[in-house]
Amino acid sequence: MMDATTLSGEAIAAGSLAPARRRLSWLMLSPAVGLLAVWAFVPLAMTLVYSFRRYNLLYPERNGFVGIRNYEYLLSDPSFWTAILNTLVLVLGVLAVTIVLGTVFSLLLNQNFPGRAAARLMVIAPFFVLPPVAALIWKNLLFDPLNGFIAWLLHLAGLPAIAWFTHVPMLALMVIVAWEWTPFATLILLTALQSLDPEQLEAARMDGAGPTNRVIYIVLPHLARPAAITIMMESIFLLSIFAEILTTTAGGPGEATTTLTYLIYIRALLNFDIGGASAAGVLAIVLANIVAFFLMRAVARNLEA
Amino acid sequence: MNEQRASLPGTIAAWVVAFLMVFPILWMAITAFKTESEAIAIPPLLLFRPVLSSFAAALAQSGYLHFALNSIIVSLGSTVLAILIAFPAAYAMAFQPGRHTQDLLVWMLSTKMLPPVGVLVPIYLIFRDTGLLDTVEGLVIVDTLMNLPIVVWMLFSFFRDIPRDILEAAHMDGVGPRKQMMHLLLPLASPGIASAALLAIILSWNEAFWSINLTAAHAGTLAAYIARYSAPEGLFWAKLSAASVLAVAPILLFGCLAQRRLVRGLTVGAVK
Amino acid sequence: MAKLELRKVGKFYGGFEAVKSVDLTVEDREFVVFVGPSGCGKTTLLRMIAGLEDISSGELFIDGARANAVPPDKRGLAMVFQSYALYPHMTVAGNMGFALKMAGAPKAEIAEKVQEAARVLQLEPLLNRRPRMLSGGQRQRVAIGRAIVRSPKGFLFDEPLSNLDAALRVQMRTELVKLHQALAATMIYVTHDQVEAMTMADRIVVLEGGRVAQVGTPLELYHRPANLFVAGFIGSPKMNFLSARAVAIGPRETTLELAPDRVLAFPSPAPALAIAPGAAVTLGVRPEHLRFVESGPLRGVVDVVEHLGVETLVYVKESSGGTVIVRTDDLSRVRQGETVSLALHPDRGSLFDTAGDALFHLSPT
Repeated sequence: MMDATTLSGEAIAAGSLAPARRRLSWLMLSPAVGLLAVWAFVPLAMTLVYSFRRYNLLYPERNGFVGIRNYEYLLSDPSFWTAILNTLVLVLGVLAVTIVLGTVFSLLLNQNFPGRAAARLMVIAPFFVLPPVAALIWKNLLFDPLNGFIAWLLHLAGLPAIAWFTHVPMLALMVIVAWEWTPFATLILLTALQSLDPEQLEAARMDGAGPTNRVIYIVLPHLARPAAITIMMESIFLLSIFAEILTTTAGGPGEATTTLTYLIYIRALLNFDIGGASAAGVLAIVLANIVAFFLMRAVARNLEA
Repeated sequence: MNEQRASLPGTIAAWVVAFLMVFPILWMAITAFKTESEAIAIPPLLLFRPVLSSFAAALAQSGYLHFALNSIIVSLGSTVLAILIAFPAAYAMAFQPGRHTQDLLVWMLSTKMLPPVGVLVPIYLIFRDTGLLDTVEGLVIVDTLMNLPIVVWMLFSFFRDIPRDILEAAHMDGVGPRKQMMHLLLPLASPGIASAALLAIILSWNEAFWSINLTAAHAGTLAAYIARYSAPEGLFWAKLSAASVLAVAPILLFGCLAQRRLVRGLTVGAVK
Repeated sequence: MAKLELRKVGKFYGGFEAVKSVDLTVEDREFVVFVGPSGCGKTTLLRMIAGLEDISSGELFIDGARANAVPPDKRGLAMVFQSYALYPHMTVAGNMGFALKMAGAPKAEIAEKVQEAARVLQLEPLLNRRPRMLSGGQRQRVAIGRAIVRSPKGFLFDEPLSNLDAALRVQMRTELVKLHQALAATMIYVTHDQVEAMTMADRIVVLEGGRVAQVGTPLELYHRPANLFVAGFIGSPKMNFLSARAVAIGPRETTLELAPDRVLAFPSPAPALAIAPGAAVTLGVRPEHLRFVESGPLRGVVDVVEHLGVETLVYVKESSGGTVIVRTDDLSRVRQGETVSLALHPDRGSLFDTAGDALFHLSPT
């Protein structure tokens, strides 16, 4: 590696930058590194500290170290378990739908057909819609049981209207979120498909694999890794779904659509229970880190390649 | 060799899928050009005289332009800041890599994996205590930090793709570091910088969690505005649609422009 | 084993005619090489034989049966791709057995055939590895192994050595020739490298602009090129082309004028040349058929001398303006800047008319 010499004009041995160069290099890195370090560690540490304290903004005087009582309280709270369950249903359900649809859509869009570029943009467009807008389009224009488009379709089919957010609130929420995130899966899988060596498909054709077998034995294995990465990226984002819930169900009815993220929001900003919300926050971080661990391993492996 | 043409069923299926996915956006756009009574008509009206009155009403709504301006300031401001901070860092990592460069990069990316809700409490309290709550500056800071890892990564990957030979040739030709930067690096990396910027703008424009939780009437962005707008104004579909169209249109355009390069940014290079 | 017949086979891409009415018979067990510059249609022709491209016009027969509409896997042909096209997620054994698995062969039979092919190609220790853990040469062998396992009637190779380094390429060339002998199979091999073509082929098909320029054995092509294109394409360094005028065409002797006062005479062929006296012709002489003499029909100044060890290439700036290459083993005498005189080998060379077609060859064969 002689990268450093390019700009310095000095012959510098591999890996060991001259001190002046090294200082400059650190100077260039330090704003980004410093800011991110503060951003990553300070609030995290604070969350951790608060989670061991009694702290409610409504009663600021009653405040002190309570050990793991916030966690005990949280873990014995049925609302917490409902939220965890809701989170899992939302995340896993949406993941399943987006990966399946994303695979099918990317295979369809990877064909050579007239207007392909336009069709791709149409499929990807929902990803760029502001989350509250996405929620409101579905809540009002499409899902409304009286005047909504879907109610009319059901009426045409001779079926009764569905009060989506009353009777199947989680399903309705999942439809919205899946609509937003299917484009993401499609876009990534489509990109991956385009990196498939066409000679591999031809070799498979010579080997007697028909269209279906080519998909099963060549295309799907090729998509396995990008799909895994899509799943990991998406789960990080899905774990934090918030605006869609706020604008449609506000966690209800009852606690039917209260996810962990939404629960923390309620505890922290509506009930001002800083200690309890922080304990839940720590658990959310742990949950996310499990996913992130695998994701970062995949990313690091790619950096080496 | 020539790519094989899709079969007719394949073509139809692809177009049906495309139409179904875009339909909600399309329907919103159509509704925005209706009057309020047309908007809720059953059966839904496909033929009607388009009017702009809903747009006028949305724009006349108290504060719409104010929130739109906030969105523009926050997304542009945070993007410019993120690029200014990321550029030297990405440059140093790409051209003067040390032993720990890769670990550093992976660590930077891993900060993105922190769920915002995990640090909602401390950030809210810090903002409250420093007077940053409901300020544009506060939101710019948050969005900058949110996007910084992705911007660093994108710039790094674009720098790394610049062939070393070109810079070495310039060096042999006696072109100094500053001129290398101005005449080679910037032009060569500008598509990369542009796509990093585009992605950062899209992400911060569409960022809803922090803008809803950290702002109110003063510094709210369109995301926060529309989320709040929904409750009292929910019944005025045409006006709501018009406001939504205005809020979504610029980013939709940007997104379509940038879609090719977005995959690299969104998956931090794990999928090429 | 397979005999292939192409009758007026053509390929159109929209209005572009990539392959123009090719007639060709590939005999059973023959090793035929398609060679030509890039864009000459050689790969398209191969892909039409494979069934990966539709045949726009004309007919393809495999063992006497019309095969235009037969799908690729039913033609009994196996193909080795330029990129090898190994399936990255399958082991070497999985790659080699894939075709049999698709054909629904029992597991034991697949394993046996894979084992057998692996033995021939010395791949046995690698059977459980993935392609990305293999070297270029090993991947190449796996790709060939995948073809062998199917026991095809014929093998198709699309520039299979172009991704290997020079030393490995020479080695694989020999291995492929041995493999051809061992399998006694029909092979069609596409390359842009005339050295590969010369060293491996029973017969070479030279393609130019989608058309067959000449079909023949390597030595036929070398000594009796049918036209200027083949003459120039086969052989390295290239054949020298000298402009000349036929001044006298007698019953016994034909005289060419290379330049005023420099003439060249040789015995007339039978039948006599079908050109009028005074017609312009091109004389083709290979570099090794020129030698330095005291006084000869060619004169010039030595421009560059390249010592290659086993031979020496001398570039002579000829007095009429062109450059003539001389291949000699003489290391001592010629120096740069020296004025030299050249003579032609008395019974080697080719004569071409203005259209570029060969008129006749002075050649022992």
